[in-house]
Amino acid sequence: MTAHAEAVAHAAHDDRSFIRKYVFSTDHKTIGIQFLFLSLFFLLVGGLLAMGIRWQLGFPGQAMPLGGWLPQSVAPGGVVAPKTYNSLVTMHGTFMIFFAVMPLLVGVFANYLIPLKIGAPDMAFPRLNMWSFWLMIPSGGLMLASLFVLGGSSAAGWTVYAPLSATPDYSGVHLGQQLWCLSIVIFGLSSLLGSVNYITTVVNLRAPGMTWFRLPLSVWALFITAVLAILAVPILAGAVIMLLFDQTIGTHFFQPDVGGQPLMWQHLFWFFGHPEVYILILPAMGIASDIIANGARKPIFGYSSMVYAMIAIAFLGFVVWGHHMFQSGMNPTLASTFMVSTIVIAVPSAIKVFNWLGTLWRGNIHFTTPMLNALAFVSMFIIGGLSGIFMASTPVDMYIHGTYFIVAHIHYVLFGGSLFAVFAGIYFWYPKMFGRQMSERWGKVHFALTFVFYNLTFFPMHILGIGGEMRRIYDPTVYDFLRPLQPINVFITINAFLLGLSQLVFAANFIGSLFKGEKAERNPWRDTGLEWTTASPPPHGNFAETPHVYHGPYEYSVPGMDDDFLPVTTPPTGRAA
Amino acid sequence: MHWWFPSNASSVGGQVDSLFYVILYITGAVFVLVEAGLLVFLVRYRRRDGRRATYVEGSTRAEIIWTTIPAVILVSLALFSQPLWSRIKSADTYPPNADHLAVEAKQFEWRVTYPGPDGKLGTDDDFMQKDELHLVVNHDYVIDLTSRDVVHDFFIPAFRIKQDAVPGMLIKVWVRPTVVGTYELACAELCGLGHYRMRAQVVVQTDSDYAAWLRSQGQATSSAPAASPTAQEGTP
Repeated sequence: MTAHAEAVAHAAHDDRSFIRKYVFSTDHKTIGIQFLFLSLFFLLVGGLLAMGIRWQLGFPGQAMPLGGWLPQSVAPGGVVAPKTYNSLVTMHGTFMIFFAVMPLLVGVFANYLIPLKIGAPDMAFPRLNMWSFWLMIPSGGLMLASLFVLGGSSAAGWTVYAPLSATPDYSGVHLGQQLWCLSIVIFGLSSLLGSVNYITTVVNLRAPGMTWFRLPLSVWALFITAVLAILAVPILAGAVIMLLFDQTIGTHFFQPDVGGQPLMWQHLFWFFGHPEVYILILPAMGIASDIIANGARKPIFGYSSMVYAMIAIAFLGFVVWGHHMFQSGMNPTLASTFMVSTIVIAVPSAIKVFNWLGTLWRGNIHFTTPMLNALAFVSMFIIGGLSGIFMASTPVDMYIHGTYFIVAHIHYVLFGGSLFAVFAGIYFWYPKMFGRQMSERWGKVHFALTFVFYNLTFFPMHILGIGGEMRRIYDPTVYDFLRPLQPINVFITINAFLLGLSQLVFAANFIGSLFKGEKAERNPWRDTGLEWTTASPPPHGNFAETPHVYHGPYEYSVPGMDDDFLPVTTPPTGRAA
Repeated sequence: MHWWFPSNASSVGGQVDSLFYVILYITGAVFVLVEAGLLVFLVRYRRRDGRRATYVEGSTRAEIIWTTIPAVILVSLALFSQPLWSRIKSADTYPPNADHLAVEAKQFEWRVTYPGPDGKLGTDDDFMQKDELHLVVNHDYVIDLTSRDVVHDFFIPAFRIKQDAVPGMLIKVWVRPTVVGTYELACAELCGLGHYRMRAQVVVQTDSDYAAWLRSQGQATSSAPAASPTAQEGTP
């Protein structure tokens, strides 16, 4: 491969200027790390907005600590105003989904891991890749700017249901909603450029011997995710452009008085939105699979059924969107069809959980910080998966739809699932990214605090939902039937603050280890993967010479070997020695 | 402290609750078994020096078992849910002798139109009442649900009924209250800055109480329309 030869030549003398190396870099590793810093920043923004939501729900109508610093129009006397509350809810969801969790999983790990894990010197389209990061700057910048414009940011929920979102008369939001639309369109472009790149890279740039069924599950997951994104994101972009036209040039696509259809927005949004849910969980599943095999020192149980389960999830993910719309006025018979497909998609998820348990069975489990987070991912995903079955049953959904039960469910999947896997992945690949180890001790402290406060925050939300508390309600004490539930809200709020504070441990460990962390060796976790055969951090071009792959990705505890792991690059003769 | 379902007051609520409990018991059992299995494995197979993990790549038999069992349980759950769902939401199965009401949602109030003494909607004696829904106990009602502006959601927790009100659509909602009392109607779809206070009272009455209320309305409609209890701004 000539690309390899060139990369090797580059690696020998890396004479890129500072700007080319660290700012407008085409190196997939730098881009992955840029995505990491950017999306951790947005995770912080989304988290702070959540604190505002929790304050108002726990202590409605009381002045927020530091609330006096906010402008009177946003928080009169330090008390969150109703419209501000709707903006908080909307922007928390928007930042977390589009700018934190999705780039953390895809932007960071697809960029950083795919070339390293398949033995490529870089991505197939390095310049497109650079664009996919740099488009996130105007996209995220516009979204941030929308918080500060006259009329406030979008306040129609992260699902921005029309016609509320389409008409400033109904929402009181003018420029904020338009900026939201522009930002999401640019975000979509970034996501598409990235996805094209990931797909092409996995198809074309695998090292010799790296067959499809020797790909680590993380690469499979990221590949399938990229396919999902490329099919789903254009639908979102199209719908959002129509919404923008409704707001700005009077097209009325979603307004019924002049022939538009409010339900069409919901169909388009969820046609994207449900595959998006799997975009947010599949990479987490892949990352957790890699780390669990490593931690258990065992091959992943049922590798091929893990791959087929992910492919099944990807296909079925496109035919379940209607379950978000059971109570929307959609034909009830159509809802029954969506109930069946939704029920069926639970099966591959169950298969994955059982295979993770099978991997742990008769293992030799090392409780490292990444492993603890990956195990938390599995146990929390079980809860999130099971609570989803309640919503899949249309009559039960009728009661719990739009209540805190669904808020609990989404957070068990997206925080308990995706974010724990993100933490696992950061702790695991940090030494490869930065050449230094994060502190294991503080990592475990962070894990324990997060796990406890996370559950104390989100589990009681199931009870609120069963009690009937609606989501996105500024002040639940307005309702007689919700007033008895208020102590639960106070309890949740206190734990949410503690959960937020616990992340300071992570931040300190992350930043401190950049400078003071113990120097990392090539393969600190004694892993079989290709990325661990090169230096930490890997040089420009990744590998000194093109690696050759001889084994599957999870050869741990192979009988007859001294070491309990067999790197994929060890020639077969090495096994006898 | 009441930290569970509001007590049920409609003909379908009991069945919705039963289905909820069926799912709760099944998922609860699965939750306990799987999480317990996870914990047992974590303790039993924790790292010990001198011991190696067993090299196992998988088992086709296990895969077949744990694909089939969840599939059977889940699909039967869907089949089990289906009849109740179509009875609640399919307009062609609603009782033909039901009384008709119209509810129009608008930012941020519920406008209930009653047919008046002649029992027919769309006639001169119809009258409108904001944020109050009066129903006779053990009577079937079909409510013509509409919205004037944005998407709202008609949610009566005590009835376990939820249905979006969509501008440009007329959606028929069937309710049959079974217990006399006063309940709350909430908006369960974010509809703007006053969403949280888009609340109405549901008054389920005996036949005679309803008739008395209807008579008082005949007098009231000639004077000023009833003030909405939630018309003022909320706390701040």
